[in-house]
Amino acid sequence: MLTLTSPVKTPFHRLPAGLKMALMMGFGIAVMWAQSPGPLLVAAAVVIMLYLFCGPAVMRLALRALLSLWPFLGMLLIWGWWDGRMAQATLVSLRLGVMVAAANLVTMTTPLSEMLVVFETLARPFSRFIPPRRLALAFALVIRFVPEMGTTLQRLRDAWRARSRRRPGWRIVVPVLLSALDNADHTAEALRARGGVDGIGNADAKKPQPLPAEKA
Amino acid sequence: MERSLTHIALMAAVVSVLALMPQIALTSGIPITATSLGIMLCGTVLGARNGFLAVVLYLLLGLAGLPIFAGGASGYVPFTKPGAGFLIGYPIAAFVIGWLVERTTLPVGFAAGAASAIGGIAVLYAIGLPVMAWTLDISLSRAAFLCAAYLPGDVIKVVLAGLITASLAKARPGVLMSRA
Repeated sequence: MLTLTSPVKTPFHRLPAGLKMALMMGFGIAVMWAQSPGPLLVAAAVVIMLYLFCGPAVMRLALRALLSLWPFLGMLLIWGWWDGRMAQATLVSLRLGVMVAAANLVTMTTPLSEMLVVFETLARPFSRFIPPRRLALAFALVIRFVPEMGTTLQRLRDAWRARSRRRPGWRIVVPVLLSALDNADHTAEALRARGGVDGIGNADAKKPQPLPAEKA
Repeated sequence: MERSLTHIALMAAVVSVLALMPQIALTSGIPITATSLGIMLCGTVLGARNGFLAVVLYLLLGLAGLPIFAGGASGYVPFTKPGAGFLIGYPIAAFVIGWLVERTTLPVGFAAGAASAIGGIAVLYAIGLPVMAWTLDISLSRAAFLCAAYLPGDVIKVVLAGLITASLAKARPGVLMSRA
């Protein structure tokens, strides 16, 4: 599945994902805290410098990814001007632009697999409620189910078009859901047949017991 | 155990697919994001606990970089935008919807619709609007005014959630964990 991670490698790709997440979190809090344009302009300069550091190819990708933000920021500014609160509107749009650009940089330089490992690590203290193995399996299942459901959707849509000239509309949702739910049932049975959620590929779960003779 | 895990993963995938679906054109001029329809279905199909977990799973995968947020977005970006409150409200909305469906003895479709209206509109906006007002630095009433365009679409989604849940229950009795 296509992700928004940049195919062009940057120095930031090598940073640990956990560190990037923590930095982003801190940066976000600091930006939300700032009440004057001064610190925000510094933050904006830092973000632009980080992007420049990544090279022109990544810059182009980022500009395209942030394209949808401009009309929104423009609307905010026009609205602020019309409302007579121009200073406030400038502050809010600056804050928003800086945050979104920084967040986009983290997304572009961190592969999905690394982020998932960070989540699994973060979930470890809660292993009593959500065992990490189950979390990892759930991630994998969703990643598999999404394209599968997309294919089913496409197939049923084609079938509908072959029979009717009208558009399928929302009615297509029920058969897609039904086939997906059946698929989930089959997957559950297949998992159970292979030793259950905690059994698959788990070396510790079913370590063959040493024979009595070997013990000595 | 295996069944609840695969169904949680499945419903997270359903939310993702609905979020990516090009807007289901029902009546032109009404903006509809199908994401919240998926949230409602998580609650009505899976019940409170599992519905909540399914939506959290969806959010985690989107945060991790799978482009499954509305319009193919992913990562931190949607969480920094004014609509972030709605994302945070999604799992809570699913929990409330599931909790309500589990506890009423009304006919399935009607229960699902009513629960979706309470959880998917009232609860969701109660969380989403204050966050929006805070990030944009505007009053609550103005934020509500900005979101008013989505309300007709929400009402349609509530009806759809009821209809879809009822047809699921009819086609596969026992598929609804919320009514197990």
